[in-house]
Amino acid sequence: MKSNERKILAVASGGGHWLQLLRLAPAFGNAPIVFLSTTAGYEQDVAPSKVYVVKDANQWDKRGLLRMAMHIGWVVLREQPTVIVSTGAAPGYFALRFGKMMRARTIWVDSIANCERLSASGERVERYADLWLTQWSHLARRGGPHYAGSVL
Amino acid sequence: MIFVTVGTQGPFDRLVHVVDAWARRTGRRDVFAQVGRTRSPPRYIRWAKFLTPVEFRQRFRGAHVIVAHAGIGTIITASELGKPILLMPRQAHLREQRNNHQVATAKRLFELGHVSVAFDERELAERLDSIDRLTVPKGIGSHASPQLLRTLRAFVTARPDARQWQHA
Repeated sequence: MKSNERKILAVASGGGHWLQLLRLAPAFGNAPIVFLSTTAGYEQDVAPSKVYVVKDANQWDKRGLLRMAMHIGWVVLREQPTVIVSTGAAPGYFALRFGKMMRARTIWVDSIANCERLSASGERVERYADLWLTQWSHLARRGGPHYAGSVL
Repeated sequence: MIFVTVGTQGPFDRLVHVVDAWARRTGRRDVFAQVGRTRSPPRYIRWAKFLTPVEFRQRFRGAHVIVAHAGIGTIITASELGKPILLMPRQAHLREQRNNHQVATAKRLFELGHVSVAFDERELAERLDSIDRLTVPKGIGSHASPQLLRTLRAFVTARPDARQWQHA
């Protein structure tokens, strides 16, 4: 793929998910990159790259989840990323699903906090993640998720 | 300054009250706590419910030791800034979080040398008496492990039809 066609969308919920995503940044090189999170105030971490902020919702708030999913779908349509990467949680799941509809290549890195089992989003995202990773080697399974190191 | 933080997923009064009682007993004035949406704020230490990401990082920088819930964001920030950190994990059966992953995370990261852990209030109160001598955690640099970065870089730069999973 020519580098001038590449664009990355990097998605993470606020807090620990976001900090893990930042630690992956050196892997993305000089490709144009936009971010999406659920907390405002992260702009200075990645300036001058843009940060979209969506309103968070948990699994029991169906209406909130739908609203969040639509907002994320709009971002994916607008930005047309060729690669979408996420460290979780739910926003990343939606971003990867929309990304797959648009033929983006997708990466899921399950949060290092999930050291006993994969996160709920991490399990659900399997069919939509071209690269499906856990950060704990004992959670790796044949066929995925795979272990390829961690953010620490 | 001792910076206490419970993160953004709800209050963690069990931890804050131990620190508050300790500050009252010892007369320590150099404690600041981010306490979340609590209904019983502390009385002997300065506190705020929430901090912006910028304020959070500033408080971290200004502290010589951190006392916190076992949240990954807090642990990563402490490790990146080289601050000693003492954790007490939230417990699901006390409704402090929805599952017990903080207990598991704290145990594993303690084994890897990244944090100190007090598993209950009694242990926390004991550890506070020697808090100024807490050791600095193993440094983690500013980015992920070389293996993970290599794997991601290879995927991002690969042709679209390349085999998806390759060991880096």
